[in-house]
Amino acid sequence: MKKNLFTLTLLVALVVVLVGVADLAGDRLIERIATNLCISLVLVLGLQVFMGNSGILSFSHIGFMGVGAYASGVLSLPAQMKGMALPELYPMLEGVQLSPYVSIFVAGLVAAGVAATVAYPLMRLSDAAAVITSFALLVVLHTIMVNWSAVTNGPRTFFGVPKVTNLYLAGAFAIGAIALALGFKESRTGLLLRAVRDDEAAAEASGAHVSLLRWRGFVLSALMAGLGGALWGHFITSFSPKAFYLKETFVILGMLVIGGPSTVSGAVLGAFIVTFAFEGLRALESTINLAQVFPRPVVGLTEVTLACGMIVLLILRPGGILATTELGALLLARRSRRPDDRQSGP
Amino acid sequence: MAAFLQFVIDVLSLGSAYALMALGLVIVYGILRLVNFAYGELIMVVGYTLFLLKGSPLPWLVMAVAAVIMAIFTGILTDYVAFRPVREKSVTAVLITSFAFSTLLQNAALLFISPRPRNVPLPDVFSETLQFAGVIVPVRNLLTIVLALALLVVFALVMRRTILGIAMRAAATHFTMARMLGVPANLIISTAFAISGLLAGVVALVWFGRIGTVVPGIGLEPLLVAFIATVIGGMRSLQGAVVGGYILAFIDMGLNFTLPQDLLKFRDAFTFTAVIVILLWRPEGLIKGPATGRRV
Repeated sequence: MKKNLFTLTLLVALVVVLVGVADLAGDRLIERIATNLCISLVLVLGLQVFMGNSGILSFSHIGFMGVGAYASGVLSLPAQMKGMALPELYPMLEGVQLSPYVSIFVAGLVAAGVAATVAYPLMRLSDAAAVITSFALLVVLHTIMVNWSAVTNGPRTFFGVPKVTNLYLAGAFAIGAIALALGFKESRTGLLLRAVRDDEAAAEASGAHVSLLRWRGFVLSALMAGLGGALWGHFITSFSPKAFYLKETFVILGMLVIGGPSTVSGAVLGAFIVTFAFEGLRALESTINLAQVFPRPVVGLTEVTLACGMIVLLILRPGGILATTELGALLLARRSRRPDDRQSGP
Repeated sequence: MAAFLQFVIDVLSLGSAYALMALGLVIVYGILRLVNFAYGELIMVVGYTLFLLKGSPLPWLVMAVAAVIMAIFTGILTDYVAFRPVREKSVTAVLITSFAFSTLLQNAALLFISPRPRNVPLPDVFSETLQFAGVIVPVRNLLTIVLALALLVVFALVMRRTILGIAMRAAATHFTMARMLGVPANLIISTAFAISGLLAGVVALVWFGRIGTVVPGIGLEPLLVAFIATVIGGMRSLQGAVVGGYILAFIDMGLNFTLPQDLLKFRDAFTFTAVIVILLWRPEGLIKGPATGRRV
């Protein structure tokens, strides 16, 4: 228990420091990066809740992020904007205008609701079949987003979403996500789910209801993805379905995998590392483009580097940077270790 | 009658392409129980090789052979970069490294060639049509059918009659056992990747015959097609992959004919929902593979 509280304190402190530093710096760009990082934290931790505890790779996560972004956007769009931004909107929804602070939570619930209805039968599958169906689910969600013009404005940009997400709101959500992910991991469901991950047959023989456990994890994961998506939508204010597809999936998955999917600290760490690396590379890319070193603008450098980094890291450390032990437990173990029994370390 | 014949030919030609794609994916999956997410990029490699060779004086057939060789090479490279180093350690890690390798190849194309569509050189025969019994058929559709049938026959013979084929089937049935009996694991796996590249390379030629241009993201659709076809047919069975390819083409074409116009744009969503339903009904796919234990 003490270890977990210590981990929680450490990770929350990390986010608080980030928000504090970004606030003190007073620079628009830094504030933007920090806000983005906090939103990524919500998304990565959401993915960690399902993937880390169940051990099943899930591609559909970003689809639920999209569901959340669109749901919150449609519900909070100012009435006078509705005719312009969504010409084909159902009359029933035209009069609806929630406060964005309410609609963010509603969006989370919508994403969780969608996940709860479609996912239960999928949770019976393991291994490659589970991965492929989650990939299929992502494609289904994407196809619907691209074509359901009435609420998404089709493949065109959906604009006019009120901007409410700022550094503090995103930071608060990130802290909430850390608490939620750690809480779930240590809860009864989380513990049983991890048992299923480690040995499905043995856990099932001991009475664990595999699909129900996975389903709970998946719904919570979709809830967090929906919240993260809604936050992102209220931050970026105009977006199109393209934003919720393979590229974003790759980035979020990269953060989780580099940090270590099995631990909450790993997910947090991965989000920090990848965000900083990305921003650095992006700055490099735009410097190269501005200086016109090459005749054509350079695109894709960041993704190439992230991909190489991921491959190298997975070859060296297949479990990510923090593969099994949470940060708190790791530091406590190191401190309490006496010099004469080094070998009993983590 | 003419409409029916047209439908049959369409299904057969599309199904042949789908079947080969699915087979290329399953040959690796059968042995390793791991999905190769970088499979679609083999198609992309063929497209860009053809594009880069466009200015050369070589006859098209030579360019095509060179492109297929590039695909085979990329297939083997996938094994060395994304599979071999992490294969023994973690299943999730391999899925992610292959996904990362796919992103790597795509963005390399973006970085070094161009994000814009590029024309792929094609022989004239690909744009000709043939008319018989009241239907107009593009020659490339007939070519696809013939090519696929020939490849399938050769493939079946190799798998049944040669030592290599038998070793591969043994590895797909029980990898550990096959290893203990002296089947060299790395060689078999690399060969599977090479065959996968060959099949993808040949499909790519007819695939580009249909669309004519190559973009970095071209691999996604073939990858999805191969996924769905294998899932329908049975992830572990080579026959299943072929059957799945034809069934998928039938579903696709059938939906094209029957769905009302405003629902047609959701076709992919319908197809994928069908896949999910089939998987729930038969998690092993329609045709079960060799009955063996799970991956250990």
